[in-house]
Amino acid sequence: MRLSPFLDGFAAAVRGAPPPGAAWLASLLAQPGFAVYRNTGPLGLREALRANYPTVLQLVGQPCFDTLADAFATASPPGDGRLMAYGEGFAAHLQEQPALQDMPYLGAVAQLDRAWTECHLAADAPCLPHDALTTLTALDGAGLAQARLRPHPAARWLWSPQHPAFTLWQRHREGLPIDAPLDWHGEGALLARPDGALGAVRWWPLPHAGCVLLDHCAAGAPLGAAAEAALAADPIAPLPATVDLLLRAGAFSTTPPEACRPCPCP
Amino acid sequence: MPTAPLTAGLGLKPEHFDGALACTAPGLWWEVHPENYLADGGPRLAWLEAIRACHPVALHGVSLSLASDAPPDARHLARLAALAARIDPVLVSEHLAWSAWGGAWHPDLLPFPRTTESLQRIADNIGRTQDALRRPIAIENPSHYLHLDGHDWAETDFLAELVRRTGCLLLLDVNNVFVSARNLGTDARAYLDAFPLHAVAEIHLAGHHPDPVHGEALLIDSHDAPVDEAVWALYADVLARGGPRPTLIERDGNLPALSTLLDERARAHGLLSSPQALQPCA
Repeated sequence: MRLSPFLDGFAAAVRGAPPPGAAWLASLLAQPGFAVYRNTGPLGLREALRANYPTVLQLVGQPCFDTLADAFATASPPGDGRLMAYGEGFAAHLQEQPALQDMPYLGAVAQLDRAWTECHLAADAPCLPHDALTTLTALDGAGLAQARLRPHPAARWLWSPQHPAFTLWQRHREGLPIDAPLDWHGEGALLARPDGALGAVRWWPLPHAGCVLLDHCAAGAPLGAAAEAALAADPIAPLPATVDLLLRAGAFSTTPPEACRPCPCP
Repeated sequence: MPTAPLTAGLGLKPEHFDGALACTAPGLWWEVHPENYLADGGPRLAWLEAIRACHPVALHGVSLSLASDAPPDARHLARLAALAARIDPVLVSEHLAWSAWGGAWHPDLLPFPRTTESLQRIADNIGRTQDALRRPIAIENPSHYLHLDGHDWAETDFLAELVRRTGCLLLLDVNNVFVSARNLGTDARAYLDAFPLHAVAEIHLAGHHPDPVHGEALLIDSHDAPVDEAVWALYADVLARGGPRPTLIERDGNLPALSTLLDERARAHGLLSSPQALQPCA
């Protein structure tokens, strides 16, 4: 038998949709051993999603999670063998499920689970030192507003405008009771690896202004413009304290601020 | 780095990382699935580099999909080559199986008909992989669960021909031989007698369990139990015939304490260190 038609038929059969009329395939499906293949693949994807979305798993319970995971895996199978990174798009998949409408925060919680995975696997880079902006300000006060700070490859931030998604997610990650009363308002979160390559993922609550500031920095805006946008979105935010948190968290990499200063030439 | 010859190794699990780092057993080495370390950075790679600084490490892939009717995924192969360059593994291995087809990846090692066409394709894929990694890789015999019509080649001949065409090495999984022979009703010892032992760079040992529905008639290569005594017996025969080879105890499920796994590993180490004890009685 030719290889490609065999792979086509076998892959379809493993997905539970064997092409009709293939006698060779029918003889395989009739054997008890075929169930091993029918079970192993879906179980592997289910276990990967359980591992990569542990907060969602805790919130909805395993039977419900497995149903959601199986549907997602059918619609969005992995493109390669790195199951540790599998599940991009699962948050959007959850938000489309009518049965989950009474858990409107679930998508944002799933995004935080995903943010942890991305932060965990992201590239290493030196963090911008905590005193970098102080140094720059001392050199040239005007340079601070023109500096362009690059978010660290591992930094992830998320603003959930309506739901205390970060509190829910943090309770799960820190082993706190997940069903304690909630203060029902929007929340932001920052995830980063401030301790270098060996460092674990860490997380902090982040004001809306911090998320907006990082959005603008990621888009290449100078710090002054990013700060203006942050304050426009969140006028009462403690911006200096927020920037201090971002620096302590290692949310910026060492794109030398000096290199981003306005050209000194006349 | 230790310079003692490799004897018996263990699959490295994150739960055992600290203990693994501290192990000083002579000849010990560790094996990982590279897919769990194909990250851009972060603690996983740092863990692996820390282990590599103290112990030999082998990369045992599960997703190159060598038996697909297509070249290996270029991006995956590039990532694997970068990891191999970074870790400098003592061995890189993959399975005689496929897992990727039609744009989807299945977390499984799937069967295929051993035809001259598939032989050519797999030889080509092994060649591409070896070119990218700039080293030979070892190919592992799979576990079988199905009687599949359309094989033109015996598996042992197929593997020997891949060795001849590509210069690859072989990874002999003795548990897979036992499981496959039981499931297909064939003779494990006859399979091992025909196996091209001269090309074996590594041996795998693992546990299996009977299928919950079909019992002993369908064994599952589950890696969730100690190595079966019948597999130890086959392993001893292989060593007696082919001489010692670096041997790995695989354990992926029902993970016991590291000390338990090290005890099991010590049994293989003892056999490898005393090959004269393996000689059959006159």
